[in-house]
Amino acid sequence: MPDALLSVEGLRKSFPGRGGGLSRRAVRAVADVSFHLRRGETLGLVGESGCGKSTLARLVLHLIAPDGGSVLIDGTPFTGASERQRRKLRRRLQIVFQDALSSLNPRMTVGVNIAEPMRLQGLGTPAERHDAARELLQLVGLRAGDAARYPHEFSGGQCQRIAIARALILHPDIVVFDEAVSALDVSIRSQILRLILDLQQRLGLSYIFISHDLGVVKRVADRIAVMYLGRIVEIGPAEDVVRNPQHPYTRALLRAIPIADPRRMRVQDLGLAAADVASQAPPAAGCAFQPRCTLRLAVCVQEVPPTVQVAPGHTAMCHHVAPGNALASRA
Amino acid sequence: MSTDVVLELRGLRTRFGPERGGTVAVDGVSFALRRGRTTALVGESGSGKSVTALSIMGLIEPPGHVVAGEILLDGRDLRRAGAREFEGVRGSRIGMVFQDPLTSLNPVLTFGSQIAETIRAHEPISRAAAEQRAVRLLEHVGVVDAAARAQDYPHHFSGGMRQRALIAAAIACRPDIIIADEPTTALDVTVQATILRLLHDLQQEMHASLLLITHDLGVVAAMADDVLVMYAGRVVERADVDTLFHAPRHPYTRALLGCATGIEDDRRAPLQPIEGMPPDLRHPPPGCRFAPRCRHAVAACDAASPALQPFGAAHEVACHRAAEVLADA
Repeated sequence: MPDALLSVEGLRKSFPGRGGGLSRRAVRAVADVSFHLRRGETLGLVGESGCGKSTLARLVLHLIAPDGGSVLIDGTPFTGASERQRRKLRRRLQIVFQDALSSLNPRMTVGVNIAEPMRLQGLGTPAERHDAARELLQLVGLRAGDAARYPHEFSGGQCQRIAIARALILHPDIVVFDEAVSALDVSIRSQILRLILDLQQRLGLSYIFISHDLGVVKRVADRIAVMYLGRIVEIGPAEDVVRNPQHPYTRALLRAIPIADPRRMRVQDLGLAAADVASQAPPAAGCAFQPRCTLRLAVCVQEVPPTVQVAPGHTAMCHHVAPGNALASRA
Repeated sequence: MSTDVVLELRGLRTRFGPERGGTVAVDGVSFALRRGRTTALVGESGSGKSVTALSIMGLIEPPGHVVAGEILLDGRDLRRAGAREFEGVRGSRIGMVFQDPLTSLNPVLTFGSQIAETIRAHEPISRAAAEQRAVRLLEHVGVVDAAARAQDYPHHFSGGMRQRALIAAAIACRPDIIIADEPTTALDVTVQATILRLLHDLQQEMHASLLLITHDLGVVAAMADDVLVMYAGRVVERADVDTLFHAPRHPYTRALLGCATGIEDDRRAPLQPIEGMPPDLRHPPPGCRFAPRCRHAVAACDAASPALQPFGAAHEVACHRAAEVLADA
């Protein structure tokens, strides 16, 4: 992708399985994931617990080392870079986690917390860092004077604002939000989403927005990637993925989301997916979704499906999906 | 009182801490639960919805106390019942399902024996008979290979399976009322769909009353017949589900519906958050508790707290401006 700000190619990561002896089988958390992120764009990454989306975020930031594959920022490889280069690249990529309060140091003031990435990077004098923190507090809708207070004095929504300020202090190009609004109440979540969108406009940021909530992802993302058991099974423009989902898993996910209108959706209309994913180990061969899939064919059990383009920029990993042959016409 | 009312709350007030300086988490809540219907209690954290449920169950622990009101089960006030009688009611007439099944299950007991214990606490039957019934209950809630799974411990189960087991325990004595407190909040959305369906089917089949506590308006729309909206310890609106979603009158309800995010949202439409934060219940505002965040608020709203007033047959709103809000929106 020539105009990509961030390119991820063939990332892989396994963790040792739980238990001992013969039952100790490696868990493939991320299996051969590739995508790119353009400047100023938001890529939504959606999937259920255990699908590997948080591991993928940590791999992209190089907080954990991949088993294979590469991450490039503006064409410069993150993977395999020297420690010095990596530190420089790291400034351009920041992350905001779900639990803001526990991601802040309780013994440091909010100002020191926000400025900590500058100190770690050896940037600025203490006075400069302090000023930068005060300025950022205002940018995220808090008061400059809040710099002298401690994290426990703030509500969940305010802590998330502080975490966002800290993520922005190094002037990154890319911010990864990992379930950053998931723990917040509806009314507060909406405030933080508006802040996130507003900052993107003002600062020209690019986002990777990770959530289990497709409704929230749809609200912020230009493109949506759907993850299932370590793979991106469908990716495309947000509107296409939601209106014309191709992968049976994406369709199941969409059917399972209750719509806030009793005239349109009652409990009987919620799709019934098969048994929950956590009770099943991924199959040894074939498509990862086939044990839960209602459209399973012989080929699905035998071969990993190819990635097929269904429309410009919209691909799905499913044996049923062929170019120009939308699943919608068969189901 | 209509005969199909199985439980009625009148002026429930639950306080944590001392009379002065304590927090009144539930402040004068009244409602009735009817047989065969699902009532959703919706609100954000700190609104008092879970404390209401725990008060009904007699599970408020010091420094918390139910300090006023009546909890009428078939017309008898549970607050006046002795501890023993309350114990008998809890689990047999009222079953409860919590958000986090792992912490509400005993980790060193198999599923089968936990459910069997619940049954034996209320019915004089042998251990063997209770364990057989536990297996049937597990089958009933969709646990595959129930006889074998009854021998498993909670940590062997996935979140969805644990919630099924907890539901099996809650319905073991065929209660008249099932209280489910955020039963699907910790679950993935595909699992949520199956658990909601299960709760719905059981409620229908037993002709029980289901009190569903949730913050998720999508879940409310899918499940509820009647809805109660709570804000800062009080019920601010009560309506049937269609009225609540299509003709809400309380500004908080309207704002809450406005800031929910859905898969059908138009991305170009601006987000409409509710500004500010819920009040600190140690020092609640003197008048309407939503007034500091309300764009319809006038001087009267800060002066006096509005009571629930009827608008039509089954619609009540606690707002000084309820008559005007619809036109103004």
